[in-house]
Amino acid sequence: MIQALIGGALIGIAVSLMMLFNGRVTGISGILGGIIKPSKSDLDWRVFFIVGLLLGGFVLKFLTPEAFIQNSSAEWFDYAVAGLFVGFGTLLGNGCTSGHGVCGISRLSLRSILATITFISFGVLSLLVFKFIKGSL
Amino acid sequence: MKNIISLVVGFIFAIGLGISGMTQVHVVRGFLDVTGDWNMNLIGVMAGAIGVHALLFLMIKRRSSPLLDSKFHLPTRKDIDGKLLLGAALFGIGWGWVGICPGPGIVASVSGNHNVLIFIASMLIGMFIFKSFESKIKS
Repeated sequence: MIQALIGGALIGIAVSLMMLFNGRVTGISGILGGIIKPSKSDLDWRVFFIVGLLLGGFVLKFLTPEAFIQNSSAEWFDYAVAGLFVGFGTLLGNGCTSGHGVCGISRLSLRSILATITFISFGVLSLLVFKFIKGSL
Repeated sequence: MKNIISLVVGFIFAIGLGISGMTQVHVVRGFLDVTGDWNMNLIGVMAGAIGVHALLFLMIKRRSSPLLDSKFHLPTRKDIDGKLLLGAALFGIGWGWVGICPGPGIVASVSGNHNVLIFIASMLIGMFIFKSFESKIKS
């Protein structure tokens, strides 16, 4: 739990730096969506952000490879279908865990608070159905 | 300079996700699995991130502009519409099913885990489908 709080605080610092320097919300689905259909003046910082995420990933892989252990009975087609839902849903709903969950709630945005309640509720339901069908997590 | 800031923010964000266990599907699903062995890490991450950002945001927004741009690019919409809630619901269904959301997915993709890579490819296709029909969906 301490580690979760420390990790969360780092995320809070990161999104605050983005707001202080660039005046941007750090919403990962929105940043990605802007790369898929870019407007010319607005592409670079998005790509640099994603490269930063990947660099962080490589450092984690090097220092703490256990950060990428995935225990799940989900199979490849589960990931394939879930990816479609996440990609389409986050753009339709204007945000994901970072944009709505962290940045939006911090600004007390009603849209973000309702979106977060909605995706956590459906996440709980979805996992319940998964468990019921597959018999394990 | 803006690009360097973005790079550094992405890097710190990724480390935060890794430290807090969010790059592991069983930690995320452990939180959503309310009828099972409940894992509270996700609450810790959200509390830590929101606590720090809510406080710093109050200080930042007293400025008239960010340090490297002429204005803040903040969402202006306040209306609660069906697309917001339907989008969040669809996202939640995918998120709960496998335990990956966009940020942790991108970070975990460097591990080369096939399922994570399939998820990312699929997520980008889902985003592409949305962008292709965006003008029809938004109208």
